[in-house]
Amino acid sequence: MEIILEKNKKRTGPVIFSKYNMGEGIKKALELGRENLLFEIKGAGLKGRGGAGFPTATKWMLSAAANAEKKFVVCNADEGEPGTFKDRVLLLEYPELVFEGMVIAGYIIGAKTGIVYLRGEYEYLLEALEEFLMKMREEKLLGKNILGKEAFDFDISIRLGSGAYVCGEETALIESLEGNRGEPRNRPPYPVNTGYLGYPTIVNNVETLASVPHIVTKGGEWFKKYGTDKSTGSKLFSVSGDCAKPGVYELPWGTKIKELLELVGAKNTKAVQVGGASGICIPKTQFDRAFAYEDAATGGSIMVFNEGRDMLKVLKNFLEFFVEESCGQCTPCRVGNTKLLEGVEKIERGEYTFAYISNLKELGHTMQVASKCGLGQSSPNSFISILENFKDEIFRTNGKGRNNGKA
Amino acid sequence: MVKRENTRTPVSQQPHIVDKPADTATIGGTISVEINEKKVTVPLGTTILEACRQNQIHIPTLCHHPDLCIAGVCRICVVDVEGMRTLQTACSFPITSPIKIRTSTPMVRKARRHIIDLLLSEHYGECYSCFRNGNCELQSLAKEYGVDSYTFGHVEKPRYEVDNSSASVIRDMSKCILCKRCVRTCIDLQEVGVLEAINRGHETHIGTFLDKPLADVICINCGQCINRCPTAALRANDPSDEIWAAIDDPQKHVVIQTAPSPRAAIGEEFGVEPGHSFTGELNTALKRIGFDKVFDTNFTADLTIIEEGTELLNRLKKAIVEKDESVKLPQFTSCSPGWVKFIEHFYPEYLDYLSTAKSPQQMFGAITKTFYAKEAGVDPADIVTVALMPCAAKKFECNRPEMNDSGFKDVDYGLTTREMAKMIKEAGIHLPEMPKSNFDDPFGEASGAGLIFGATGGVMEAALRTVYELVTGREVPFKNLVIEPCRGFEGIKQASVKLENCVEEYKFLEGVEVKFAVAHGTANAKKVMEMLRKGELVGYHFVEIMACPGGCLGGGGQPIPTSADIRKKRAEAIYAEEESLPIRKSHENPHVHYIYEKFLTEGPCSKLSHKLLHTHYTKRGKFIS
Amino acid sequence: MLVLEKNALSEEIEQLVAKYGSDRSALIQILQAIQRKHKFISDFAQQEVARLLSIHPVEVYSVITFYSFLCSEPKGRNIVRLCKTISCDMAGKDAVEAAVKRELGISFGETTKDKRITLEYTNCLGMCDQGPAMLVNERVYTHLDPEKAVNILNEIK
Repeated sequence: MEIILEKNKKRTGPVIFSKYNMGEGIKKALELGRENLLFEIKGAGLKGRGGAGFPTATKWMLSAAANAEKKFVVCNADEGEPGTFKDRVLLLEYPELVFEGMVIAGYIIGAKTGIVYLRGEYEYLLEALEEFLMKMREEKLLGKNILGKEAFDFDISIRLGSGAYVCGEETALIESLEGNRGEPRNRPPYPVNTGYLGYPTIVNNVETLASVPHIVTKGGEWFKKYGTDKSTGSKLFSVSGDCAKPGVYELPWGTKIKELLELVGAKNTKAVQVGGASGICIPKTQFDRAFAYEDAATGGSIMVFNEGRDMLKVLKNFLEFFVEESCGQCTPCRVGNTKLLEGVEKIERGEYTFAYISNLKELGHTMQVASKCGLGQSSPNSFISILENFKDEIFRTNGKGRNNGKA
Repeated sequence: MVKRENTRTPVSQQPHIVDKPADTATIGGTISVEINEKKVTVPLGTTILEACRQNQIHIPTLCHHPDLCIAGVCRICVVDVEGMRTLQTACSFPITSPIKIRTSTPMVRKARRHIIDLLLSEHYGECYSCFRNGNCELQSLAKEYGVDSYTFGHVEKPRYEVDNSSASVIRDMSKCILCKRCVRTCIDLQEVGVLEAINRGHETHIGTFLDKPLADVICINCGQCINRCPTAALRANDPSDEIWAAIDDPQKHVVIQTAPSPRAAIGEEFGVEPGHSFTGELNTALKRIGFDKVFDTNFTADLTIIEEGTELLNRLKKAIVEKDESVKLPQFTSCSPGWVKFIEHFYPEYLDYLSTAKSPQQMFGAITKTFYAKEAGVDPADIVTVALMPCAAKKFECNRPEMNDSGFKDVDYGLTTREMAKMIKEAGIHLPEMPKSNFDDPFGEASGAGLIFGATGGVMEAALRTVYELVTGREVPFKNLVIEPCRGFEGIKQASVKLENCVEEYKFLEGVEVKFAVAHGTANAKKVMEMLRKGELVGYHFVEIMACPGGCLGGGGQPIPTSADIRKKRAEAIYAEEESLPIRKSHENPHVHYIYEKFLTEGPCSKLSHKLLHTHYTKRGKFIS
Repeated sequence: MLVLEKNALSEEIEQLVAKYGSDRSALIQILQAIQRKHKFISDFAQQEVARLLSIHPVEVYSVITFYSFLCSEPKGRNIVRLCKTISCDMAGKDAVEAAVKRELGISFGETTKDKRITLEYTNCLGMCDQGPAMLVNERVYTHLDPEKAVNILNEIK
């Protein structure tokens, strides 16, 4: 039995999927030198593609400035956000972009070691990726004296996750690499100073790293031509749910929700969940909004729901996810998510009061500001946005609960 | 930069150490921040919590504990830092730039209230039926934040079964709030490593290896986790009901021995500041409760010194005179039952280094049910021996199957300071108001040497006073008998005393530099054992180890809370009391002389004393089957 | 466990430690290797790992229970994990779930009597565009329907 994986439909897109020849990025990077490289990346306005949107150049500058005997470049390939699969496509079809991005990052910050943290669910990609790394070593794109550059050594190893969504959070990922439970750390200190094994470490999303060789070869100005002022370049969108053509799409930032819906062949759409389970649910009335850090921000997960879908069921699915995937260390996230789920179950059974629902929403706001990491801070987003945007649907009951009193 | 102290603790959860210039007055050594609109200057790297406390601003905490590394998990200490999107935990946030902090915004107050509500919703049980009622950090926070209803519900059934397998520590995880103080105590502070977080998400709980009962894993029963638990999730195995029953039974002759550390701390249970001993008051209170006799454990502490000191001299003689290479030196003390179980599990191959002398508690039991029974004309079968100890491990110790050399269970019950206070309160007695009275005969008097057993270094100091004098015929060459190198709270203390002009019997020790080491807390014990393993203790003669930080005064049965400051005050109380005593050397205790004249007539380390006052150990190892 | 089996396992773990190192950071790689071969990490194996990495057994157990793909209890020879996240759910997970349960005669979280298959749920597999999806050991199967899923399960040994 072979692995049944759909191969590439013809990918198109202005940046990531634009033409690229293996090795070009590293070669150009070595010509440019560290400062020019940082200048180009800063000029490009590249921000983290995982969702948080931290400026990549700033992160790299901070760890380049850190004084340490060792530094690490970590590629966050723990793509666990429900509805996201762009990294799978990048790693499967464009590994050169990701790995070269890591080499360039290592060159800039002065690291010799790169680690790819590949989610355990993607173990089937491992063999091909290892082979690809061997090929890069043969072509002098990895290893000692890369492309003949004296004293520029860099190599990449791949470490597998073991089924924990929270390890996509950068400090949890580092904890996991160190052999611990994937429990996020207190910040400060930040990984750029105190990361893997206590050394300066940059953790970047697969897509962020894949953008770098393009910026290096084609220039920051070229990159900036796409997107909006605050959200430069393009974005990979993982589209799933009720549409004719689910898959990965590269579109410039600033694309409107309705434009994307048209492109993917979505009909009778009621809602779009932008940013996965931890994102927000946008109703039809707001389909004019654009995908951008300053508007509908997303790590790329787009889930489409048509008129036939029960939004409360969707919400319940998300909350069940968080109750299981919370690392369980901090109170707001560990207990908070179970309380939100209990709330949804009470709504299902018609056993709620509006005062109670309002308390839960307040709790959601507390979770957003008081949780230790991004998981707990974003897990109430769907609860708050779905109950707000679909209140007519959810609370229009006959007084016996939504299922006529049946659980 | 953060210092990595061991491989276990995640970097972020270790104390955050920022490189501070030595002189904080120089520019850059301090930093000005605004807390609630008030400008304050603090050393660089001070946490927000420390800065607030220095400026009399109260920040609630739960997972924070002064003895432990930072966790930042309960989130109750959140504050607002201007310019940051989310609230920050005061306990973990180091001040490195001129930030503006507000500690009581509506958002902060609401977040704290929510966190309390969430914890209460999962916290099983009601306060009135809880032994921590009145001394529970969750309860006092609920009060502080005016919680008057369960906003998010309240668990009706316990989520976990109570684990009462252990003779010492009972775990009720349905009351646990997952602050992980016990985990940090067990792994970081004590390096025993029995407790960790198990599972994740909502299923997270604190558990043992394979979630086995505590009695089946390598718990040393030190009870330090109990001392640091903010709720009643951890408690000692309380025998007070059985003791009440014995007291109420006219047939039973109930005898209690009290150790010095509980006496120096029990006042805290009655609202007295740490640092006051209530020895005389306690004697009166215990009599009023109905104990038939109240004895001083220090008497058998003196006996321990005689037995253990003789054993040491015997080992030295064998090694030096008889050139017997099988003699194990240094000799390790064996009076801390937590330490004994620790070495049985972790270093079973080194058990021969342990002194075979029983702990004072167990000696007392054996003597009570033999010598005392005879003297007092009481049937030992009717004697119930209770030991008031600062210790959770003493409960396990008295239940060891080998501890029945009197023909009966030598010590029937080990009682902690906390449980004793509860019994006294139950009897309607306010301890600080009691008149003072003396201990009962025939063990009425004990020396100060026994008293200082309570502080780390005390056994060593007591032993040196006796051994030095036996060997040289002179007092130890320290002013007022205070052997400074044995005192203080340094993790491992090492020193030596030279033996000169020895008496005839001990001429073989002429010129010998007696080298000794003192360690407290099993993390330090581990370091000492590694030194031993690496051969770094060659030439050492005597090592004192106490399982608990600070020694017995910081024991797992002592009043809650505990901190370095509290332990220091308890030590001061003990040392102050000892200097006021007329007899301060074990070998000068007339009652000790009496017992060797009347009962242990063949002297220390003889056949009878070996039967009653010495013991053997079990190679337990670490493997859990 | 027989002494011989124990010795073999100890030797195997020693080799893993030689390969991945005895630093704590090697822990998860070592556990993954044991898991891959034995389908679970026995209490003996956990204690051997702890001994060789100089950490406490409870820390090993703690890590195992944190990660979904590591387990301390024996399971079937093959572990089937059906994605239950919303995209797969909407694409027809329920029908696949019902068919698989019916066919194997067990519920999710259980193992067939012949120890051939353990059924589990998993969160998002990153196959949302091709759902419903499931993992059979480390292999992924997509675009499932009840018949297809059952055929796949019937083929594995």
